[in-house]
Amino acid sequence: MDAAAPALPHGQHSAPAGLWRWLTTTNHKDIGTLYFCFAATMFLVGGSMAMLIRAELFQPGLQLVQPDLFNQLTTLHGLIMIFGVIMPAFTGFANWQVPLMIGAPDMAFPRMNNWSFWLLPVAGLFLLFSMVLPGGAVAAGWTLYPPLFLQGGISYDLTIFAIHIMGMSSIMGAINIVTTILNMRAPGMKLMDMPMFVWTWLITGFLLIAVMPVLAGAVTMLLTDRNFGTHFFDAGGGGDPVMFQHVFWFFGHPEVYILILPAFGIVSTVLPTFARKPLFGYRSMVYATASIAILSFLVWGHHMFTVGMPAAAQLFFMYTTMLIAVPTGVKVFNWIATLWQGSLSFEAPMLFALAFVCLFTIGGFSGLVLAMVPVDVQLQDTYYVVAHFHYVLVTGALFAIYAGLYYWLPKWTGHLPDPALSRWHFWLSAIAVNVLFFPMHFLGLAGMPRRIPDYALQFADFNRIASIGGFIFGASQILLLIVIVKCVRGGEKAAACAWEGAEGLEWSVPSPAPYHTFGQPRELR
Amino acid sequence: MGHRRQWMVLWVTGVQPVWADWAFNLPAPRSDIAARINDLHVLILLICLGIFLVVFGAMFYALFKYRKSAGHAARHFHANATVEVIWTVIPFFILVGMAWPATRAILAQKDTANPELTVKVTGYQWKWEYDYLQDGVKFMSNSTTPAEQIANVAAKGAYYLREVDQPMVVPAGKKVRLLLTSHDVIHSWWVPELGVKQDAIPGFIRDTWFRADAPGTYRGQCAELCGRGHGFMPVVVEVKSPADYQIWLAARKAGQAAEVAAATEPISLAALKQRGEKVFTVSCAMCHQANGQGIPGAFPALAGSPLVNGPAAAHIEWVLNGKPGTAMPAFKDQMNDADIAAVITYERAAWGNRGTPVRAADVKALRR
Repeated sequence: MDAAAPALPHGQHSAPAGLWRWLTTTNHKDIGTLYFCFAATMFLVGGSMAMLIRAELFQPGLQLVQPDLFNQLTTLHGLIMIFGVIMPAFTGFANWQVPLMIGAPDMAFPRMNNWSFWLLPVAGLFLLFSMVLPGGAVAAGWTLYPPLFLQGGISYDLTIFAIHIMGMSSIMGAINIVTTILNMRAPGMKLMDMPMFVWTWLITGFLLIAVMPVLAGAVTMLLTDRNFGTHFFDAGGGGDPVMFQHVFWFFGHPEVYILILPAFGIVSTVLPTFARKPLFGYRSMVYATASIAILSFLVWGHHMFTVGMPAAAQLFFMYTTMLIAVPTGVKVFNWIATLWQGSLSFEAPMLFALAFVCLFTIGGFSGLVLAMVPVDVQLQDTYYVVAHFHYVLVTGALFAIYAGLYYWLPKWTGHLPDPALSRWHFWLSAIAVNVLFFPMHFLGLAGMPRRIPDYALQFADFNRIASIGGFIFGASQILLLIVIVKCVRGGEKAAACAWEGAEGLEWSVPSPAPYHTFGQPRELR
Repeated sequence: MGHRRQWMVLWVTGVQPVWADWAFNLPAPRSDIAARINDLHVLILLICLGIFLVVFGAMFYALFKYRKSAGHAARHFHANATVEVIWTVIPFFILVGMAWPATRAILAQKDTANPELTVKVTGYQWKWEYDYLQDGVKFMSNSTTPAEQIANVAAKGAYYLREVDQPMVVPAGKKVRLLLTSHDVIHSWWVPELGVKQDAIPGFIRDTWFRADAPGTYRGQCAELCGRGHGFMPVVVEVKSPADYQIWLAARKAGQAAEVAAATEPISLAALKQRGEKVFTVSCAMCHQANGQGIPGAFPALAGSPLVNGPAAAHIEWVLNGKPGTAMPAFKDQMNDADIAAVITYERAAWGNRGTPVRAADVKALRR
């Protein structure tokens, strides 16, 4: 930790040390580090749950966990990985990198920044604590569908509380990031001069501000249905259980892009560096990101094709969903054009970014298959869907996080990550993740529903393969932990510009970045 | 390019039979809707595969050709309006080409008009009820996979988790319209080979349809998370020739009449308990467990429960009307008086309980 957070440069003011420093810090770099520590911890928790799920599904029959616990594990795994790992990790990147990349001294609201972070561990503890309450943790799926959700016990109310807290944290974080980007850029940096990563976070920030209140509204209605006699989702009182799904997915689909747009930003930063060539089609990248964000509000119905909506609604949601393939395609083509005629080298960040482009696209294609309503009717709620969203969230969002970690670790710690170990981490992860998730397409096509603790015998072979891939993938992530710890403690010293082809303001400050940067505005051009 | 096309042809023609054996694709369709879905899926898959090969062929070519280690120096271009317009417009037209067959399939899938048979399907935690509205035939379809197989104590059968006591029976070649609803939480009725999946939503009726090509037994299961028993809620459809279907229907009607008559006949206490144990295993053991211990915090124990050992009327009311806001359903719509009396009597005598027995007439008196 000493290397990650060097002592104050001039002793202009004294800051508390130890635990008190981390509890009270308003420094964007400290808070970024905190977000990463939280995400890593939750990743271990959510990942262990996934290992237990895969162990249970290793063969037919019930061996390790009973159905109740199984449903709790799948539900918590989803909630933790989304709200406790991917989102905090991207917020960690935003905290560390946005001020460095736009030449701002800190975030716009440093105290609120502290508050946004420290809400998160509280919410995480509530979620985990609910496992030991009578009846166990929430087991209705991370999508919280009523009426099943209304049958649960006290832990369900605690989960609603946790989601409210996480939502507050996300909204405050998003307001902070948007305000920082719009108001605190170095003089001379116009919006269309901003690094792509900053653009993606600006758009993500707006998405968060737009949809987190919708989620809060949906779970509040669940709360009042459960405890105060309302009937929003109870047909017996004039409500409609499907209305919850509409409200939830109006949040849920933009949420999907909240989880992937910053990943696009990281990949758009890493690829040009190691191609030693500027990002191809910067303007169209910005427009594509914005159109993806706008379209994301018009496609929620594709999560609900089997609820029995009229043909006109199915057609509308199918067409809008297919339309998203156009800007997404533009991004993939631009990335490949960025590589074209470059001077390519394959350090760990580049490897993960390239795997992202390839494997995220597989997730995109399966998304296109699922957009076809008639095909979706077969595949809705099957392992095909599980394969699809793990390709976009693991080989998509998570691999981009890995690319970003390896890319900026030298700036944060002052040391280059161990090249051999990080390559091992890449190859083991990239191979195992496909052994883990690719067979799930076949399971879904063959008719295996998701969220079941036990399955018919014809699904045994692919489940076994997937579980083996899962164990290897899980174990490989220990390598990442080792690389990070080694990198924090020492290693080859990184130059101010740690990578040969890197460009941007963050590489103009020393490595590791001093505790305070850009105290004086840097005039550009 | 020629080589690639050749390879594609080999892949499609040469590998396809292997797919069927190893179940790499949707199961062989057994209805016209399932066949359309299958064709659409293969078409979209091949288009995606083609695009993937071209795009990532280009990427891997670039990765190999423009290596720094091979001494390639970067050329600093960063925009080209022409290619950017091309790769925006071409995908758009490919998508239009995909949307056309999909739209036609949707319209066919949604056309539930003019059915030859209508069956109302009701989801319960965790079983299905089939109600042949025109013929007055109605029955529950319960999973028959023994708990010992699930617990790995006994060898698993060929249709493990996909077998029921009474399958839904329909005639081949006839348009069957399903009306779906649920008694408690959302379920989803799914048979892959027939190309039908439709959520069953409490308080609402949704419809869908299929026309099975030929007689056979087709198996699926609930597709929407519906609680503890979600993985143990099979759907089995037996398709019979129209003539055999009529025979089945007549037999079923006669059987149902006999059941109603038998429900009022006197029955010995031992036989009542025996019948109750069967009902308990099918409908209650998932939550309250075969040993009556329940699951602490989630499902209450029946062994030693004050309700089970107390006055019979309260116990009957509880089973008839359920407990709103929990997973305890109202069994009054699911079971006849004889079954309810049997299962209550069994519960009141089993696991050291000392409650008084209950007769069908007691249950009937408390029905509202």
